[in-house]
Amino acid sequence: MTDSTATPAIVVEGLERSFGEVLAVQGIDLRVEEGEIYGFLGPNGAGKTTTVRMLTTLLLPTGGRATVAGFDVAAEARQVRASIGVALQEAALDPLMTGRELIRLQATLQGLPTGAGRERADALLDRVGLSYAADRRVGGYSGGMKRRLDLAAALVHEPRVLFLDEPTTGLDPVSRKTIWEEVQALNDDGTTVFLTTQYLEEADQLADNVGIIDRGLIVAEGTPEELKGEIGNPHIELTVAAGAVPEAERAVAELGRLRPRKGEDRVLLEVEQGAAEVPRVVRALDEAGIAVESLELVRPTLDDVFVAKTGHHLEGEGEQEGDPAGEEPAPA
Amino acid sequence: MSELATGARVVRALGARSIRQTFRRPQLISPIVVFPTLLLAIQTGGAGAGIELPGFPPVQSFLQFMLAGSMMQSMMLAGNSGGIAFAVDIEMGFTDRLFASPIPRFAIVLGRLAGTAALGLFASLWFLAIGLIFGAHIEGGVPGALLAIALITTSAIAVGGIGAAIALRTGSASVVQGLFPLVLVVLFLSSAFFPQELMIEPAKTIAEYNPFSFIVEGVREPIISGIDATQTLEAVAAIAGIILLGLVLSARALRHRLRTG
Repeated sequence: MTDSTATPAIVVEGLERSFGEVLAVQGIDLRVEEGEIYGFLGPNGAGKTTTVRMLTTLLLPTGGRATVAGFDVAAEARQVRASIGVALQEAALDPLMTGRELIRLQATLQGLPTGAGRERADALLDRVGLSYAADRRVGGYSGGMKRRLDLAAALVHEPRVLFLDEPTTGLDPVSRKTIWEEVQALNDDGTTVFLTTQYLEEADQLADNVGIIDRGLIVAEGTPEELKGEIGNPHIELTVAAGAVPEAERAVAELGRLRPRKGEDRVLLEVEQGAAEVPRVVRALDEAGIAVESLELVRPTLDDVFVAKTGHHLEGEGEQEGDPAGEEPAPA
Repeated sequence: MSELATGARVVRALGARSIRQTFRRPQLISPIVVFPTLLLAIQTGGAGAGIELPGFPPVQSFLQFMLAGSMMQSMMLAGNSGGIAFAVDIEMGFTDRLFASPIPRFAIVLGRLAGTAALGLFASLWFLAIGLIFGAHIEGGVPGALLAIALITTSAIAVGGIGAAIALRTGSASVVQGLFPLVLVVLFLSSAFFPQELMIEPAKTIAEYNPFSFIVEGVREPIISGIDATQTLEAVAAIAGIILLGLVLSARALRHRLRTG
Protein backbone atom coordinates (compact mmCIF):
# COMPACT_ATOMS: atom_id res chain seq x y z
CA MET A 1 0.00 0.00 0.00
CA THR A 2 1.54 3.33 -1.00
CA ASP A 3 0.73 6.98 -0.50
CA SER A 4 1.82 9.01 -3.48
CA THR A 5 1.50 12.31 -1.60
CA ALA A 6 4.05 11.36 1.08
CA THR A 7 7.78 11.99 0.85
CA PRO A 8 9.38 9.03 -0.91
CA ALA A 9 10.99 6.64 1.54
CA ILE A 10 14.04 6.18 -0.68
CA VAL A 11 15.31 8.26 -3.57
CA VAL A 12 18.47 7.20 -5.40
CA GLU A 13 20.00 9.29 -8.16
CA GLY A 14 23.05 8.19 -10.12
CA LEU A 15 24.40 6.21 -7.17
CA GLU A 16 27.84 4.75 -7.76
CA ARG A 17 30.35 2.75 -5.82
CA SER A 18 33.70 1.61 -7.07
CA PHE A 19 36.33 -0.57 -5.44
CA GLY A 20 39.56 0.38 -7.12
CA GLU A 21 39.05 -0.36 -10.80
CA VAL A 22 35.83 -2.29 -10.25
CA LEU A 23 32.60 -0.30 -10.58
CA ALA A 24 30.28 -2.39 -8.41
CA VAL A 25 27.29 -0.05 -8.69
CA GLN A 26 27.22 1.96 -11.90
CA GLY A 27 25.01 4.99 -11.41
CA ILE A 28 21.62 3.59 -10.48
CA ASP A 29 18.35 5.51 -10.03
CA LEU A 30 15.38 4.29 -8.07
CA ARG A 31 12.51 5.57 -5.99
CA VAL A 32 10.64 3.75 -3.24
CA GLU A 33 7.39 5.23 -2.00
CA GLU A 34 6.37 5.31 1.65
CA GLY A 35 4.61 2.08 2.65
CA GLU A 36 5.87 0.11 -0.32
CA ILE A 37 7.72 -3.21 -0.46
CA TYR A 38 10.48 -2.78 -3.01
CA GLY A 39 12.08 -5.98 -4.23
CA PHE A 40 15.68 -5.55 -5.34
CA LEU A 41 16.35 -8.58 -7.43
CA GLY A 42 19.60 -9.80 -8.86
CA PRO A 43 22.08 -12.66 -8.85
CA ASN A 44 25.00 -12.94 -6.45
CA GLY A 45 27.50 -10.18 -7.00
CA ALA A 46 25.09 -7.98 -8.98
CA GLY A 47 25.49 -5.03 -6.61
CA LYS A 48 22.51 -5.57 -4.30
CA THR A 49 24.40 -5.66 -1.04
CA THR A 50 26.71 -2.82 -2.07
CA THR A 51 23.61 -0.71 -2.74
CA VAL A 52 22.05 -1.66 0.59
CA ARG A 53 25.27 -0.87 2.43
CA MET A 54 25.31 2.60 0.88
CA LEU A 55 21.65 3.19 1.70
CA THR A 56 22.19 2.09 5.30
CA THR A 57 25.26 4.37 5.69
CA LEU A 58 27.67 1.45 6.08
CA LEU A 59 29.51 2.45 2.92
CA LEU A 60 30.05 5.85 1.38
CA PRO A 61 28.99 6.24 -2.25
CA THR A 62 31.72 7.25 -4.69
CA GLY A 63 29.18 9.03 -6.90
CA GLY A 64 25.57 10.17 -7.07
CA ARG A 65 23.31 10.66 -4.08
CA ALA A 66 20.61 8.96 -2.10
CA THR A 67 18.09 9.94 0.55
CA VAL A 68 16.41 7.58 2.96
CA ALA A 69 13.41 8.77 4.98
CA GLY A 70 14.18 12.21 3.59
CA PHE A 71 17.78 12.30 4.85
CA ASP A 72 20.93 12.26 2.75
CA VAL A 73 22.88 9.03 3.36
CA ALA A 74 26.23 10.83 3.24
CA ALA A 75 25.50 14.20 4.88
CA GLU A 76 22.79 13.14 7.36
CA ALA A 77 23.90 9.62 8.15
CA ARG A 78 22.91 9.75 11.81
CA GLN A 79 19.32 10.74 11.00
CA VAL A 80 19.19 7.99 8.40
CA ARG A 81 20.35 5.44 10.98
CA ALA A 82 17.67 6.57 13.43
CA SER A 83 15.01 6.04 10.77
CA ILE A 84 15.97 2.62 9.46
CA GLY A 85 16.05 -0.97 10.60
CA VAL A 86 18.63 -3.25 9.05
CA ALA A 87 18.82 -7.02 8.82
CA LEU A 88 21.91 -7.88 6.84
CA GLN A 89 22.63 -10.87 4.65
CA GLU A 90 24.71 -12.77 7.16
CA ALA A 91 22.60 -12.38 10.28
CA ALA A 92 25.06 -10.27 12.30
CA LEU A 93 24.41 -11.94 15.62
CA ASP A 94 26.80 -12.65 18.45
CA PRO A 95 26.55 -16.40 19.08
CA LEU A 96 27.58 -15.88 22.70
CA MET A 97 24.68 -13.55 23.52
CA THR A 98 21.18 -14.72 24.31
CA GLY A 99 18.33 -13.56 22.12
CA ARG A 100 17.01 -11.35 24.90
CA GLU A 101 20.42 -9.75 25.51
CA LEU A 102 20.75 -8.97 21.82
CA ILE A 103 17.37 -7.27 21.50
CA ARG A 104 17.96 -5.29 24.69
CA LEU A 105 21.37 -4.18 23.42
CA GLN A 106 19.75 -3.12 20.15
CA ALA A 107 17.17 -1.13 22.15
CA THR A 108 20.00 0.68 23.94
CA LEU A 109 21.76 1.36 20.63
CA GLN A 110 18.53 2.92 19.36
CA GLY A 111 18.26 5.13 22.44
CA LEU A 112 15.24 3.49 24.08
CA PRO A 113 15.07 3.98 27.86
CA THR A 114 15.93 0.83 29.82
CA GLY A 115 12.37 -0.02 30.90
CA ALA A 116 10.89 0.62 27.47
CA GLY A 117 13.70 -1.36 25.86
CA ARG A 118 12.97 -4.39 28.05
CA GLU A 119 9.26 -4.26 27.31
CA ARG A 120 9.89 -3.86 23.61
CA ALA A 121 12.36 -6.77 23.62
CA ASP A 122 9.83 -9.07 25.24
CA ALA A 123 7.09 -7.98 22.84
CA LEU A 124 9.30 -8.49 19.78
CA LEU A 125 10.55 -11.89 20.92
CA ASP A 126 6.93 -12.87 21.34
CA ARG A 127 6.02 -11.46 17.93
CA VAL A 128 8.65 -13.51 16.12
CA GLY A 129 7.87 -16.61 18.17
CA LEU A 130 11.17 -16.76 20.06
CA SER A 131 10.04 -16.16 23.63
CA TYR A 132 10.69 -19.80 24.45
CA ALA A 133 14.33 -19.46 23.36
CA ALA A 134 14.95 -15.90 24.56
CA ASP A 135 17.44 -16.88 27.24
CA ARG A 136 19.34 -19.37 25.11
CA ARG A 137 22.56 -18.37 23.39
CA VAL A 138 22.12 -17.41 19.75
CA GLY A 139 24.84 -19.88 18.73
CA GLY A 140 22.35 -22.68 19.39
CA TYR A 141 19.59 -21.18 17.22
CA SER A 142 18.62 -22.65 13.85
CA GLY A 143 19.05 -20.57 10.69
CA GLY A 144 15.38 -19.61 10.69
CA MET A 145 15.45 -18.60 14.35
CA LYS A 146 18.50 -16.42 13.72
CA ARG A 147 16.77 -14.62 10.86
CA ARG A 148 13.68 -14.04 12.96
CA LEU A 149 15.80 -12.70 15.80
CA ASP A 150 17.66 -10.44 13.38
CA LEU A 151 14.33 -9.19 12.07
CA ALA A 152 13.12 -8.52 15.63
CA ALA A 153 16.30 -6.58 16.39
CA ALA A 154 15.77 -4.45 13.29
CA LEU A 155 12.27 -3.55 14.49
CA VAL A 156 13.13 -2.51 18.02
CA HIS A 157 12.70 1.23 17.36
CA GLU A 158 9.79 0.87 14.92
CA PRO A 159 11.77 2.10 11.91
CA ARG A 160 10.17 3.95 9.01
CA VAL A 161 12.21 2.00 6.49
CA LEU A 162 13.30 -1.59 6.91
CA PHE A 163 16.20 -3.00 4.88
CA LEU A 164 16.26 -6.76 4.53
CA ASP A 165 19.25 -8.11 2.68
CA GLU A 166 18.41 -11.58 1.40
CA PRO A 167 16.42 -12.43 4.52
CA THR A 168 15.54 -15.96 3.46
CA THR A 169 18.68 -17.12 1.69
CA GLY A 170 19.53 -20.62 2.86
CA LEU A 171 16.30 -21.10 4.80
CA ASP A 172 13.97 -24.06 4.48
CA PRO A 173 10.54 -23.42 2.87
CA VAL A 174 8.69 -23.28 6.19
CA SER A 175 11.08 -20.72 7.71
CA ARG A 176 10.99 -18.77 4.47
CA LYS A 177 7.21 -18.60 4.57
CA THR A 178 7.30 -17.44 8.20
CA ILE A 179 9.63 -14.57 7.27
CA TRP A 180 7.41 -13.65 4.30
CA GLU A 181 4.34 -13.51 6.52
CA GLU A 182 6.17 -11.32 9.01
CA VAL A 183 7.41 -8.96 6.29
CA GLN A 184 3.90 -8.71 4.86
CA ALA A 185 2.47 -7.99 8.31
CA LEU A 186 5.05 -5.26 8.90
CA ASN A 187 4.19 -3.69 5.58
CA ASP A 188 0.49 -3.88 6.40
CA ASP A 189 1.34 -1.83 9.50
CA GLY A 190 2.87 0.84 7.25
CA THR A 191 6.59 0.00 7.28
CA THR A 192 8.41 0.58 4.02
CA VAL A 193 10.50 -2.47 3.15
CA PHE A 194 13.53 -2.57 0.88
CA LEU A 195 14.10 -6.23 0.24
CA THR A 196 17.01 -7.66 -1.69
CA THR A 197 16.64 -11.17 -2.91
CA GLN A 198 17.88 -13.60 -5.48
CA TYR A 199 14.64 -15.57 -5.25
CA LEU A 200 12.11 -14.77 -7.95
CA GLU A 201 9.23 -16.19 -5.98
CA GLU A 202 10.08 -13.97 -3.03
CA ALA A 203 10.00 -10.81 -5.12
CA ASP A 204 6.85 -11.97 -6.90
CA GLN A 205 5.05 -12.78 -3.64
CA LEU A 206 6.03 -9.76 -1.60
CA ALA A 207 7.07 -6.80 -3.70
CA ASP A 208 4.83 -3.97 -4.88
CA ASN A 209 7.63 -2.88 -7.18
CA VAL A 210 10.71 -4.70 -8.36
CA GLY A 211 14.06 -3.40 -9.52
CA ILE A 212 16.27 -5.87 -11.34
CA ILE A 213 19.98 -5.24 -11.01
CA ASP A 214 22.66 -6.97 -13.00
CA ARG A 215 26.36 -6.17 -13.01
CA GLY A 216 25.78 -2.93 -11.13
CA LEU A 217 23.03 -1.60 -13.41
CA ILE A 218 19.28 -1.56 -13.02
CA VAL A 219 18.02 -3.33 -16.12
CA ALA A 220 14.28 -3.27 -15.40
CA GLU A 221 11.89 -1.73 -12.91
CA GLY A 222 8.13 -1.92 -12.35
CA THR A 223 5.48 -4.00 -10.67
CA PRO A 224 5.97 -7.75 -11.11
CA GLU A 225 2.88 -7.84 -13.36
CA GLU A 226 4.13 -4.94 -15.49
CA LEU A 227 7.51 -6.55 -15.93
CA LYS A 228 6.03 -9.90 -16.85
CA GLY A 229 3.54 -8.20 -19.12
CA GLU A 230 6.37 -6.51 -20.99
CA ILE A 231 7.69 -9.79 -22.27
CA GLY A 232 4.47 -11.32 -23.56
CA ASN A 233 1.30 -13.24 -22.77
CA PRO A 234 0.96 -16.51 -20.92
CA HIS A 235 1.00 -19.64 -23.03
CA ILE A 236 -0.70 -23.01 -22.94
CA GLU A 237 1.63 -25.97 -23.11
CA LEU A 238 -0.09 -29.06 -24.55
CA THR A 239 1.33 -32.55 -24.59
CA VAL A 240 -0.12 -34.78 -27.30
CA ALA A 241 0.93 -37.98 -29.05
CA ALA A 242 4.16 -37.38 -31.00
CA GLY A 243 2.58 -37.73 -34.44
CA ALA A 244 -0.39 -35.52 -33.56
CA VAL A 245 1.51 -32.29 -33.11
CA PRO A 246 0.92 -30.80 -36.62
CA GLU A 247 -2.78 -31.64 -36.43
CA ALA A 248 -3.06 -30.17 -32.92
CA GLU A 249 -1.32 -27.00 -34.05
CA ARG A 250 -3.81 -26.59 -36.90
CA ALA A 251 -6.72 -27.10 -34.49
CA VAL A 252 -5.68 -24.36 -32.08
CA ALA A 253 -3.86 -21.96 -34.41
CA GLU A 254 -6.78 -19.53 -34.58
CA LEU A 255 -7.08 -19.28 -30.80
CA GLY A 256 -3.71 -17.67 -30.20
CA ARG A 257 -0.16 -17.41 -31.47
CA LEU A 258 1.81 -20.62 -31.91
CA ARG A 259 5.28 -20.59 -30.45
CA PRO A 260 8.19 -22.65 -31.77
CA ARG A 261 7.81 -26.32 -30.88
CA LYS A 262 9.43 -27.65 -27.74
CA GLY A 263 10.18 -31.36 -28.16
CA GLU A 264 8.34 -33.86 -30.37
CA ASP A 265 5.08 -33.94 -28.45
CA ARG A 266 4.51 -30.39 -27.27
CA VAL A 267 2.42 -27.57 -28.68
CA LEU A 268 2.96 -24.08 -27.27
CA LEU A 269 0.13 -21.61 -27.81
CA GLU A 270 0.44 -18.02 -26.60
CA VAL A 271 -2.97 -16.71 -25.47
CA GLU A 272 -4.03 -13.23 -24.47
CA GLN A 273 -6.66 -14.12 -21.90
CA GLY A 274 -4.71 -16.74 -19.97
CA ALA A 275 -6.91 -19.25 -18.11
CA ALA A 276 -10.06 -17.98 -19.84
CA GLU A 277 -8.80 -19.45 -23.12
CA VAL A 278 -8.29 -22.96 -21.79
CA PRO A 279 -11.87 -24.26 -22.33
CA ARG A 280 -11.85 -23.07 -25.96
CA VAL A 281 -8.54 -24.80 -26.61
CA VAL A 282 -9.75 -28.04 -25.03
CA ARG A 283 -12.98 -27.90 -27.11
CA ALA A 284 -11.05 -27.28 -30.33
CA LEU A 285 -8.80 -30.25 -29.70
CA ASP A 286 -11.74 -32.41 -28.76
CA GLU A 287 -13.61 -31.48 -31.92
CA ALA A 288 -10.49 -32.38 -33.93
CA GLY A 289 -10.37 -35.75 -32.17
CA ILE A 290 -6.94 -35.18 -30.64
CA ALA A 291 -6.22 -36.78 -27.28
CA VAL A 292 -4.46 -34.44 -24.87
CA GLU A 293 -2.07 -36.09 -22.45
CA SER A 294 -1.53 -32.94 -20.38
CA LEU A 295 -2.27 -29.24 -20.48
CA GLU A 296 -0.57 -26.49 -18.52
CA LEU A 297 -1.07 -22.74 -18.46
CA VAL A 298 2.38 -21.17 -18.15
CA ARG A 299 2.61 -17.54 -17.10
CA PRO A 300 5.74 -15.43 -17.69
CA THR A 301 7.98 -15.33 -14.64
CA LEU A 302 10.43 -12.76 -13.40
CA ASP A 303 13.11 -15.15 -14.58
CA ASP A 304 11.73 -14.73 -18.11
CA VAL A 305 11.98 -10.98 -17.55
CA PHE A 306 15.52 -11.38 -16.31
CA VAL A 307 16.48 -13.50 -19.30
CA ALA A 308 14.86 -11.02 -21.67
CA LYS A 309 16.73 -8.09 -20.11
CA THR A 310 20.13 -9.66 -19.45
CA GLY A 311 20.41 -12.73 -21.63
CA HIS A 312 20.97 -15.08 -18.72
CA HIS A 313 18.95 -16.74 -15.98
CA LEU A 314 18.75 -15.34 -12.48
CA GLU A 315 18.44 -18.39 -10.25
CA GLY A 316 21.25 -20.86 -9.97
CA GLU A 317 23.83 -18.35 -11.15
CA GLY A 318 27.12 -18.23 -9.31
CA GLU A 319 29.30 -15.25 -8.64
CA GLN A 320 29.18 -12.54 -11.27
CA GLU A 321 31.63 -9.88 -12.13
CA GLY A 322 30.98 -6.37 -10.92
CA ASP A 323 30.51 -6.82 -7.19
CA PRO A 324 33.61 -8.47 -5.91
CA ALA A 325 34.02 -10.94 -3.08
CA GLY A 326 30.37 -11.80 -2.77
CA GLU A 327 29.60 -8.11 -2.60
CA GLU A 328 32.57 -6.09 -1.40
CA PRO A 329 36.29 -6.57 -1.23
CA ALA A 330 37.79 -6.64 2.22
CA PRO A 331 39.57 -3.42 3.15
CA ALA A 332 43.33 -3.53 2.89
CA MET B 1 18.43 12.30 27.38
CA SER B 2 21.52 14.29 26.37
CA GLU B 3 23.87 13.00 23.70
CA LEU B 4 26.58 12.51 26.32
CA ALA B 5 24.28 10.44 28.53
CA THR B 6 23.17 8.39 25.54
CA GLY B 7 26.81 7.82 24.57
CA ALA B 8 27.65 6.78 28.14
CA ARG B 9 24.76 4.28 28.16
CA VAL B 10 25.96 2.79 24.90
CA VAL B 11 29.56 2.55 26.13
CA ARG B 12 28.37 0.85 29.31
CA ALA B 13 26.19 -1.61 27.40
CA LEU B 14 28.93 -2.47 24.92
CA GLY B 15 31.48 -2.73 27.73
CA ALA B 16 29.22 -5.15 29.60
CA ARG B 17 28.80 -7.18 26.44
CA SER B 18 32.55 -7.37 25.86
CA ILE B 19 33.10 -8.59 29.44
CA ARG B 20 30.40 -11.26 29.05
CA GLN B 21 31.92 -12.22 25.71
CA THR B 22 35.35 -12.70 27.32
CA PHE B 23 34.05 -14.85 30.14
CA ARG B 24 31.90 -16.93 27.77
CA ARG B 25 34.79 -17.65 25.39
CA PRO B 26 37.45 -19.69 27.19
CA GLN B 27 40.12 -18.88 24.61
CA LEU B 28 39.79 -15.20 25.56
CA ILE B 29 39.83 -15.53 29.35
CA SER B 30 42.49 -18.24 29.52
CA PRO B 31 45.44 -16.04 28.48
CA ILE B 32 44.35 -13.34 30.92
CA VAL B 33 44.15 -15.55 34.00
CA VAL B 34 45.61 -19.02 33.52
CA PHE B 35 48.81 -18.26 31.62
CA PRO B 36 50.11 -15.38 33.81
CA THR B 37 49.14 -17.23 37.01
CA LEU B 38 51.05 -20.34 35.94
CA LEU B 39 54.06 -18.26 34.91
CA LEU B 40 53.98 -16.47 38.26
CA ALA B 41 53.88 -19.81 40.10
CA ILE B 42 56.71 -21.28 38.03
CA GLN B 43 58.97 -18.24 38.26
CA THR B 44 58.32 -17.68 41.95
CA GLY B 45 58.97 -21.31 42.70
CA GLY B 46 62.02 -21.69 40.49
CA ALA B 47 63.82 -18.37 40.52
CA GLY B 48 63.08 -17.11 44.00
CA ALA B 49 66.77 -17.04 44.90
CA GLY B 50 67.23 -14.27 42.32
CA ILE B 51 66.49 -11.68 44.99
CA GLU B 52 69.90 -12.48 46.54
CA LEU B 53 71.71 -11.22 43.42
CA PRO B 54 73.74 -8.03 43.87
CA GLY B 55 71.81 -5.14 42.33
CA PHE B 56 68.41 -6.74 42.85
CA PRO B 57 66.12 -4.14 44.44
CA PRO B 58 65.32 -4.72 48.10
CA VAL B 59 62.11 -6.74 48.27
CA GLN B 60 60.31 -8.82 50.86
CA SER B 61 60.04 -11.79 48.46
CA PHE B 62 60.36 -12.70 44.80
CA LEU B 63 56.56 -13.01 44.68
CA GLN B 64 56.29 -9.41 45.84
CA PHE B 65 58.65 -8.35 43.03
CA MET B 66 56.82 -10.43 40.41
CA LEU B 67 53.28 -9.22 41.13
CA ALA B 68 53.62 -6.08 39.00
CA GLY B 69 54.99 -8.08 36.06
CA SER B 70 52.17 -10.61 36.27
CA MET B 71 49.58 -7.85 36.39
CA MET B 72 51.20 -6.24 33.35
CA GLN B 73 51.25 -9.52 31.47
CA SER B 74 47.61 -10.22 32.27
CA MET B 75 46.60 -6.67 31.36
CA MET B 76 48.47 -6.77 28.05
CA LEU B 77 46.93 -10.11 27.14
CA ALA B 78 43.54 -8.67 28.08
CA GLY B 79 44.20 -5.88 25.59
CA ASN B 80 45.19 -8.44 22.97
CA SER B 81 42.10 -10.55 23.72
CA GLY B 82 39.97 -7.43 23.41
CA GLY B 83 41.48 -6.78 20.00
CA ILE B 84 40.82 -10.37 18.93
CA ALA B 85 37.20 -10.17 20.11
CA PHE B 86 36.75 -6.87 18.26
CA ALA B 87 38.16 -8.39 15.08
CA VAL B 88 35.80 -11.36 15.47
CA ASP B 89 32.93 -8.86 15.72
CA ILE B 90 34.08 -7.30 12.46
CA GLU B 91 34.50 -10.67 10.76
CA MET B 92 31.03 -11.87 11.70
CA GLY B 93 29.40 -8.55 10.82
CA PHE B 94 28.37 -7.62 14.34
CA THR B 95 30.05 -4.24 14.03
CA ASP B 96 27.77 -3.53 11.04
CA ARG B 97 24.88 -3.72 13.49
CA LEU B 98 26.66 -1.09 15.60
CA PHE B 99 27.69 1.10 12.66
CA ALA B 100 24.09 1.09 11.37
CA SER B 101 22.81 2.39 14.72
CA PRO B 102 22.40 6.10 15.54
CA ILE B 103 25.26 6.20 18.04
CA PRO B 104 28.55 8.09 17.98
CA ARG B 105 30.80 5.69 16.13
CA PHE B 106 33.68 6.22 18.49
CA ALA B 107 31.39 4.89 21.26
CA ILE B 108 31.84 1.50 19.60
CA VAL B 109 35.60 1.65 20.27
CA LEU B 110 35.10 3.14 23.74
CA GLY B 111 32.65 0.36 24.61
CA ARG B 112 35.26 -2.22 23.71
CA LEU B 113 37.90 -0.34 25.72
CA ALA B 114 35.55 -0.11 28.72
CA GLY B 115 35.33 -3.89 28.66
CA THR B 116 39.11 -4.21 28.39
CA ALA B 117 39.54 -1.78 31.30
CA ALA B 118 37.23 -3.95 33.40
CA LEU B 119 39.41 -6.95 32.57
CA GLY B 120 42.47 -4.93 33.60
CA LEU B 121 40.77 -4.19 36.89
CA PHE B 122 39.98 -7.87 37.28
CA ALA B 123 43.62 -8.79 36.51
CA SER B 124 45.01 -6.37 39.09
CA LEU B 125 42.60 -7.58 41.78
CA TRP B 126 43.32 -11.21 40.92
CA PHE B 127 47.08 -10.87 41.32
CA LEU B 128 46.87 -8.65 44.37
CA ALA B 129 44.67 -11.31 45.96
CA ILE B 130 47.16 -14.05 45.01
CA GLY B 131 50.00 -11.97 46.42
CA LEU B 132 48.21 -11.34 49.68
CA ILE B 133 47.11 -14.97 50.02
CA PHE B 134 50.69 -16.19 49.54
CA GLY B 135 52.19 -13.71 51.95
CA ALA B 136 53.36 -10.76 49.85
CA HIS B 137 53.24 -7.38 51.55
CA ILE B 138 51.87 -4.31 49.82
CA GLU B 139 54.29 -1.77 51.25
CA GLY B 140 52.27 1.23 50.08
CA GLY B 141 49.24 -0.08 51.98
CA VAL B 142 45.74 0.50 50.71
CA PRO B 143 46.67 3.69 48.81
CA GLY B 144 49.52 1.79 47.15
CA ALA B 145 47.22 -1.07 46.17
CA LEU B 146 44.66 1.37 44.78
CA LEU B 147 47.38 3.13 42.78
CA ALA B 148 48.56 -0.18 41.30
CA ILE B 149 44.96 -1.10 40.43
CA ALA B 150 44.37 2.30 38.80
CA LEU B 151 47.57 2.12 36.75
CA ILE B 152 46.84 -1.40 35.50
CA THR B 153 43.23 -0.53 34.67
CA THR B 154 44.19 2.56 32.66
CA SER B 155 47.04 0.65 31.03
CA ALA B 156 44.44 -1.87 29.82
CA ILE B 157 42.66 0.98 28.05
CA ALA B 158 45.98 2.00 26.47
CA VAL B 159 46.88 -1.48 25.24
CA GLY B 160 43.27 -2.18 24.26
CA GLY B 161 43.33 0.96 22.11
CA ILE B 162 46.25 -0.41 20.12
CA GLY B 163 44.49 -3.79 19.81
CA ALA B 164 41.27 -2.08 18.66
CA ALA B 165 43.16 -0.03 16.08
CA ILE B 166 44.78 -3.16 14.62
CA ALA B 167 41.43 -4.97 14.63
CA LEU B 168 39.73 -2.07 12.85
CA ARG B 169 42.50 -1.73 10.30
CA THR B 170 42.84 -5.42 9.46
CA GLY B 171 39.40 -6.80 10.39
CA SER B 172 41.19 -10.08 10.97
CA ALA B 173 41.16 -11.99 14.25
CA SER B 174 44.10 -14.08 13.00
CA VAL B 175 46.28 -11.00 12.55
CA VAL B 176 45.47 -9.69 16.04
CA GLN B 177 46.02 -13.16 17.50
CA GLY B 178 49.35 -13.24 15.69
CA LEU B 179 50.46 -10.32 17.87
CA PHE B 180 50.38 -12.55 20.95
CA PRO B 181 54.13 -13.39 20.77
CA LEU B 182 54.89 -9.71 20.20
CA VAL B 183 53.14 -8.86 23.46
CA LEU B 184 55.47 -11.23 25.26
CA VAL B 185 58.54 -9.85 23.47
CA VAL B 186 57.62 -6.29 24.48
CA LEU B 187 57.03 -7.46 28.01
CA PHE B 188 60.27 -9.43 28.31
CA LEU B 189 62.16 -6.44 26.90
CA SER B 190 60.91 -4.38 29.82
CA SER B 191 61.60 -4.61 33.52
CA ALA B 192 58.42 -6.61 34.09
CA PHE B 193 60.11 -9.86 35.09
CA PHE B 194 63.68 -8.84 35.83
CA PRO B 195 65.31 -5.74 37.30
CA GLN B 196 66.64 -3.42 34.62
CA GLU B 197 69.96 -3.06 36.48
CA LEU B 198 70.69 -6.76 36.06
CA MET B 199 69.92 -6.97 32.33
CA ILE B 200 72.64 -7.19 29.70
CA GLU B 201 72.86 -5.12 26.51
CA PRO B 202 71.01 -4.51 24.27
CA ALA B 203 68.04 -5.63 26.37
CA LYS B 204 69.01 -3.20 29.11
CA THR B 205 68.90 -0.15 26.83
CA ILE B 206 65.69 -1.32 25.17
CA ALA B 207 64.09 -1.81 28.58
CA GLU B 208 65.29 1.62 29.65
CA TYR B 209 63.26 3.28 26.88
CA ASN B 210 60.42 0.76 26.73
CA PRO B 211 57.31 2.66 27.91
CA PHE B 212 56.05 -0.52 29.54
CA SER B 213 59.07 -0.41 31.88
CA PHE B 214 57.85 2.97 33.13
CA ILE B 215 54.39 1.54 33.71
CA VAL B 216 55.61 -1.61 35.45
CA GLU B 217 57.90 0.39 37.74
CA GLY B 218 54.98 2.68 38.55
CA VAL B 219 52.94 -0.36 39.53
CA ARG B 220 55.78 -2.14 41.34
CA GLU B 221 56.98 0.72 43.49
CA PRO B 222 53.87 0.97 45.71
CA ILE B 223 54.04 -2.80 46.17
CA ILE B 224 57.72 -3.22 47.07
CA SER B 225 58.50 0.09 48.80
CA GLY B 226 55.72 2.70 48.73
CA ILE B 227 54.28 5.39 46.50
CA ASP B 228 56.93 7.37 44.62
CA ALA B 229 55.66 10.52 42.90
CA THR B 230 58.30 10.52 40.14
CA GLN B 231 57.74 6.91 39.14
CA THR B 232 54.00 7.36 39.33
CA LEU B 233 54.15 10.38 37.04
CA GLU B 234 56.43 8.55 34.59
CA ALA B 235 53.96 5.66 34.50
CA VAL B 236 51.03 8.02 33.98
CA ALA B 237 52.90 9.77 31.16
CA ALA B 238 53.68 6.45 29.47
CA ILE B 239 50.06 5.33 29.78
CA ALA B 240 48.80 8.67 28.45
CA GLY B 241 51.17 8.42 25.49
CA ILE B 242 50.02 4.91 24.61
CA ILE B 243 46.35 5.88 25.06
CA LEU B 244 46.87 8.85 22.73
CA LEU B 245 48.61 6.65 20.17
CA GLY B 246 45.84 4.03 20.43
CA LEU B 247 43.09 6.62 20.03
CA VAL B 248 44.76 8.28 17.04
CA LEU B 249 45.36 4.92 15.34
CA SER B 250 41.81 3.76 16.17
CA ALA B 251 40.28 6.96 14.81
CA ARG B 252 42.25 6.62 11.58
CA ALA B 253 41.42 2.93 11.25
CA LEU B 254 37.75 3.67 11.92
CA ARG B 255 37.67 6.34 9.23
CA HIS B 256 39.38 3.94 6.81
CA ARG B 257 36.92 1.16 7.56
CA LEU B 258 33.91 3.43 7.10
CA ARG B 259 35.32 4.75 3.84
CA THR B 260 36.05 1.32 2.41
CA GLY B 261 33.14 -0.56 3.98
